[in-house]
Amino acid sequence: MTKKHWEKIKPYIWLASFAFFSIGSFWFGFDPGRTIYQSFTKSFIEMITFIPFLFIIVGLFDVWFPKEKIEKHIGRDSGIKGILMVVILAMLQAGPLYGAFPVAYILYKKGASIKNIFIYLGAFSTLKIPMLGIEIGYLGLKFTLARTLVALPLFILIGYFMEWYLKNRNFKVNEV
Amino acid sequence: MPARDTPPAPKTCFLIFNQSDFAMINNATIFIFISIILSLISFVLDREKTKMGFKKGFKMFKNIVIPFLNILILVSLLLFIIPPQLIVKYLGAGSGAIGFAIAAVVGSITLIPGFISYPIASGLLKQGASYATVAVFMTTLMMVGVVTLPLEIKYFGKRVTILRNLLNLIAAIIIGILIGIIL
Repeated sequence: MTKKHWEKIKPYIWLASFAFFSIGSFWFGFDPGRTIYQSFTKSFIEMITFIPFLFIIVGLFDVWFPKEKIEKHIGRDSGIKGILMVVILAMLQAGPLYGAFPVAYILYKKGASIKNIFIYLGAFSTLKIPMLGIEIGYLGLKFTLARTLVALPLFILIGYFMEWYLKNRNFKVNEV
Repeated sequence: MPARDTPPAPKTCFLIFNQSDFAMINNATIFIFISIILSLISFVLDREKTKMGFKKGFKMFKNIVIPFLNILILVSLLLFIIPPQLIVKYLGAGSGAIGFAIAAVVGSITLIPGFISYPIASGLLKQGASYATVAVFMTTLMMVGVVTLPLEIKYFGKRVTILRNLLNLIAAIIIGILIGIIL
């Protein structure tokens, strides 16, 4: 078997062995296996009833509010409007936090304030729309709302603190 | 008559089962409702763009569906192996500072994508972990990155990186405490 084949099959091995394990458990009346399978189907139903719809929403957002367009409008404006713009830009992103660092560099290059760069990082880590969707689906609207409303003022505060602290310490973001 | 106050066990189980199922359906309806409305608005405004959006969404879904299934299997296995009492003891409402510390340390150090960490978090909640510890775990996971420190230092330098992570750790703990109070 070539390496290429292996890469293709690899993601399905875990799935296939679980299928065999479950069929075997039902066949031989192995109770732990049945319990695990039942807990899996429950979480599978939980997932399949909302994740596809979430991606419809995310896909539509992606075509109607392209990130590149908003990036263009972000600059030195550091008032409320500036904060709002970086938060919205961050909300439209996806992926892990380290994906936000290159964008932070772009913001820095375009003359965004220190405050807004850190507000961007805060919003990126906690307010991304796809993640909010998954969070609502799994932990409920109440939890998500509570967490968001508590987190928002906190990372705006962190932004202000960073600006105050770094103002005269020649802060810069490096290109990597 | 101490036995009078304790309701028969099967009835409790039935009730809890029903409630969680209801929450599940409730959550799904929110998404179905919003996606239908947004699709209709989008379709009326621009047919082509809507098609493109659907295609993009489907592509993203296709990319994560297999890893997602794998994670659901893993979570089902782990929840079977780890006894609920253990989760209640170390991450439950009574776990206090220890629960917070465990959640914060694990959340800060590990690097788990959201679509993996949320099923885990929901599993922990169902097994008796408290909202506060789950909130700390989720927010440190999102906001603090020990594994990615070297990368972050390349962008921002040592001082700023450490300061940012420290402040975010404090923020995450505040978020956990407040959520514990609110929910």
